[in-house]
Amino acid sequence: MLIDVAILAIGVFMIITAIAAMATKSLLVSILLSGGVSLAASVVFLLMGAPDVAMTEAAIGSGLTTVVFLYSLARSKQHDHEDSSESVEKPVEGIGGAV
Amino acid sequence: MMRKVMVMLALAGFAFALLPLAFTAGVVTEPGALASAYLQDSPKDFAAANVVTAIVVSYRGFDTLGEVAVLFAATAGVGALLTRKRLGLGHAEEPKTEATEILMTATGLLTGLLVMFGVYIFMHGHLTPGGGFQGGVVIATAVLLNLLSSPRSHLAHGVMTAVESLSGAAYVGLGLLGAFLAYGFLDPRALPLGELGRLVSAGAIPLIYSAIGLKVGAELSAILEALKGDRA
Repeated sequence: MLIDVAILAIGVFMIITAIAAMATKSLLVSILLSGGVSLAASVVFLLMGAPDVAMTEAAIGSGLTTVVFLYSLARSKQHDHEDSSESVEKPVEGIGGAV
Repeated sequence: MMRKVMVMLALAGFAFALLPLAFTAGVVTEPGALASAYLQDSPKDFAAANVVTAIVVSYRGFDTLGEVAVLFAATAGVGALLTRKRLGLGHAEEPKTEATEILMTATGLLTGLLVMFGVYIFMHGHLTPGGGFQGGVVIATAVLLNLLSSPRSHLAHGVMTAVESLSGAAYVGLGLLGAFLAYGFLDPRALPLGELGRLVSAGAIPLIYSAIGLKVGAELSAILEALKGDRA
């Protein structure tokens, strides 16, 4: 019973967050809000008794996907700023196992 | 205005098409015939305590091989498209800003724990929830933290390629072993099943899931590194 109420509450939160993600003008806020939708979805999966799906949703949906979107947002802005016609062929240094 | 009306009409059409589903939806109290068969047979057949893993790796093992192949194709595509030459950035960029001290300290503390947790998830895939895909993603998260905290570092591509291709080959090799020693391709009973609930049990399932975990981890790390955008 309590779990049903919690799932309903999180579901309403997810719908509101998703609509806010579509309605907002800023792409950054939109990306973060859709990450929040995924995080709430992973809690719902956990409450419904699917911990492995919850793990996947939390790691991929709200973690990696958000990062991929953020990287591509930064990339598209960078592309706007700089003149992409100047491409100099030059070997790149720093290819080592530094991580 | 016209566009909004069209979108509304399309949404209303979808809602109308899905309306019958809403009436038949409900809580299932008893598992269906196939689900009960899986629940009953998987401990006997494969000595796997986690039924989901038994389904993913053995009953539906061929699908999983397909998923891994799809992920490989996606990684290869991202890696081929996101090179510096294609992006028109010929030379190394100006030095990026350093990470904050908080991020660097947290990275140092968390990296080992995250990698260990990922390895735990995929090694215990036949016992506890989770498996190769989840464990691989957790390992990729550790790599992401390191890429964020030291922006000028690079992954060791040789090591990543070796891990990725060796684990993929191990996966297919274990599948072939099942075809020769057991009842079919990807049958985990090629190796002794052992006792239900032990770490070394469930035949080849832990080995297959470990191979998948390493492969997924290497592929997602490569995608993240390619997205970072200063690759040669």
